[in-house]
Amino acid sequence: MHPIAERIQQKFPEGFLKAVEWRGDLAVTVARQSLHEVAKCLHDDPDMDFDYIVHVSSVDWPEEEERFEVVWEFYSIRKRHRIRLKTRCSESDCEVDSLVDIWKGADFMEREVYDMMGIRFRNHPDLRRILMPDDYNEGYPLRKDFPLQGKGWRDTFEFLNERQ
Amino acid sequence: MGLVQIGRHDKDGELDVITTTLEKAVNWARKGSLWPMTFGLACCAIEMIAAVSSRYDMDRYGAGVFRASPRQSDLMIVAGTVCRRMAPVIRKIYDQMPEPKYVIAMGSCATSGNIYDSYSVVQGVDRFVPVDIYVPGCPPTPEALFDGILKLQERIMLKRVFTKQPDQVKA
Repeated sequence: MHPIAERIQQKFPEGFLKAVEWRGDLAVTVARQSLHEVAKCLHDDPDMDFDYIVHVSSVDWPEEEERFEVVWEFYSIRKRHRIRLKTRCSESDCEVDSLVDIWKGADFMEREVYDMMGIRFRNHPDLRRILMPDDYNEGYPLRKDFPLQGKGWRDTFEFLNERQ
Repeated sequence: MGLVQIGRHDKDGELDVITTTLEKAVNWARKGSLWPMTFGLACCAIEMIAAVSSRYDMDRYGAGVFRASPRQSDLMIVAGTVCRRMAPVIRKIYDQMPEPKYVIAMGSCATSGNIYDSYSVVQGVDRFVPVDIYVPGCPPTPEALFDGILKLQERIMLKRVFTKQPDQVKA
């Protein structure tokens, strides 16, 4: 196993779920409850030293019970290694810990995940929609059960009625 | 010019006589100084920029004075994919342009939404702004944009300025 994955498993035997290494890319899946402490360790531990957040994204697996998967990519500028951190949540309780207090750059990226997939981030300082308008009420467009053409918003132009 | 009849072709400094109608003269002045507004939304804007620069030189048709303000322009070239969130902005800017005003929908996206049949892309600017000329292409070449501008100029020449436009003539 990858040394970083081994270290995570040692430190968090309960939170660690699995590690996949494919063509040099390490992806570690952790339990939702221990996400924040694992992330804190990745950032603070001098052997990990992941000081740069590359991306936050999310995946929808509609057939599975824990439907949503949130994916973080981290990179260490000094140590030049990277890791992909994943966690799962179900549709009825789709809330994961925000990592903005560790990496400030996560702010807008977590807002995008919230906007597109409807996953809420606990303790996020300003969880609003970022791409769609604030009053958009058709749901979350990147979910697999969302109709491709939307629910009529793209063809309604309420500003045309305002000018008599 | 075509519409103006010049009395003498051998120019010798004498005063010439020009006969035309006032309507044609006004239309000729309007079509010869179309001031477009920059409205590049996506990759079509690159071709629009190329059409203005020295190699193609849109100024030859009198449409090269690109303005950043709608209040100084009378032609809006909507170049690119129109997202629904951009729609009220386009409409507001169109309303701010002084009459007479014209709209060219440049490219497949502005015309019909192109392949972007998604929740956020408006299926053509003509859903909320009247369009005079549609220029097809993805993106259209500068020559295609010129063709659209020349066709718009032809249509401007058909417009009535001082008399009411007959219903039969849709110009």
